[in-house]
Amino acid sequence: MKVLLDLERCQGHNRCYALAPEIFDVDDYGMAVLLHDGLVPEGLHAKAALAIANCPEFAIAFADPNEPTDPTGAVEGR
Amino acid sequence: MTSIYGPVTDWATDFDHAEPDYNANAHEVWKELRGTCPVAHTDRYEGAWLPVTHEHVSQIAYDTEHFTSRSVVVTTYRPLAEAPIGNAPPISSDPPFHHDARRILLPAFAPKAIEPMEKDVRALCRSLLFDMVETAAANGGIVDAAVQYSQHIPVSVISLMLGFPAEDAELFRGFVHDIVEGVNVGLDQRFAAFHRLGEYIERQVLEHIENPRNDLTTYLLNAKIGDEPLTVGHVRGSIVLLLIAGIDTTWSAIGSSLLHLATHPDDRSRLVAEPELMPTAIEELLRVYAPVTMARLVKEDVEIGGCPMKVDDWVLLPFPAANVDPAAFERADEVLIDREENRHLAFGLGIHRCLGSNLARLEVRVAVEEFLAAFPDFELADPEGVTWSVGQIRGPRTLPVRINA
Repeated sequence: MKVLLDLERCQGHNRCYALAPEIFDVDDYGMAVLLHDGLVPEGLHAKAALAIANCPEFAIAFADPNEPTDPTGAVEGR
Repeated sequence: MTSIYGPVTDWATDFDHAEPDYNANAHEVWKELRGTCPVAHTDRYEGAWLPVTHEHVSQIAYDTEHFTSRSVVVTTYRPLAEAPIGNAPPISSDPPFHHDARRILLPAFAPKAIEPMEKDVRALCRSLLFDMVETAAANGGIVDAAVQYSQHIPVSVISLMLGFPAEDAELFRGFVHDIVEGVNVGLDQRFAAFHRLGEYIERQVLEHIENPRNDLTTYLLNAKIGDEPLTVGHVRGSIVLLLIAGIDTTWSAIGSSLLHLATHPDDRSRLVAEPELMPTAIEELLRVYAPVTMARLVKEDVEIGGCPMKVDDWVLLPFPAANVDPAAFERADEVLIDREENRHLAFGLGIHRCLGSNLARLEVRVAVEEFLAAFPDFELADPEGVTWSVGQIRGPRTLPVRINA
């Protein structure tokens, strides 16, 4: 499973890094960076989902269309 | 400081964010407006709008085409200077200049730059609490969690970061009061306040030119955009921003969080028993008691929620109102300290996301942790004794609590 990060939307709230540091890092400007190319390590699906659900900018989504959170749906709220 | 306007008669058509009734009853005012008039208006301040829904607040926060950040505080003075730089970059800047001005400051406030400050913040909180234990003992268990605690924490942190004298803390709170609370006063008072602040900043800048050191003021004096050093006005403006923006905002968030815990014993005892819940609880307290309302000026005529917003109208952006909109949050009115999905807007949305959000979160969390560690059982001593700030930053300014041994 993979997560996608939209750096055009990311404003550096750092919710993802705080909630799922195994999946997200931050750069020197505080913008999100995907670890492992966005691949979610085994057993961390719930953490990835939590990071997605807490991003104020709707900048993160699951890449896999079979997952319950659809990446196109994830950005509708913007 | 005397208002030139007087009491509000109707929130939908005559609102005034700087009348004491507004912050004291904010949740009721927003709820009423949401049901009746989701974009309120006032003729005060030469015309201002107040949208209260999540939808409209987000829409405006993202729209840098129709709205400018030339001024972000609704006052009797409407600055004429054109963006993109503004008086306090980057908060007063518009694209594309905004991007460069913000990039200069982002590294100093990035998570990994802020994390190492935790031990200093904790030590500061402990030293304040140490004194409060004595006050409480001498005063029948009563302390003021705003006056003796919340207000001191961000002032100390930012004066350290800027390299300003710690003993000037009272002066800083005075500047914040003048700039952020003294908004509905005559222009002469407003200009006098700017003048006092400007003179102080000028002295600090000159002192830093004489004695450069490892702090944000020296950093800004040496900063460049491309190959060009920042203009003197840019440096001073950014310092004003850093000095003003982090103080009453964080102080308010800490105070509101402690007020909640003083009046909700179940939440308080749960946090004492389950300290690992703290980061989640802090996000929820930030959602419901978000202290900051920003503002914009209309740059091009636009219609929002059926309301015709005209060039140079003010528009308030009440992120705290958006945060309690039931259209965006389930059980929006309730504080659920274990709310896991919390896409709140306490730090704004879009390109002007609060630069200091990582620092503010650290200060609020550590302040609440340490307060609970020192005083696991406390309650509001006198509901009538709680007073609120006025203006766009909302939080308790006096907060008498009784410490139960």
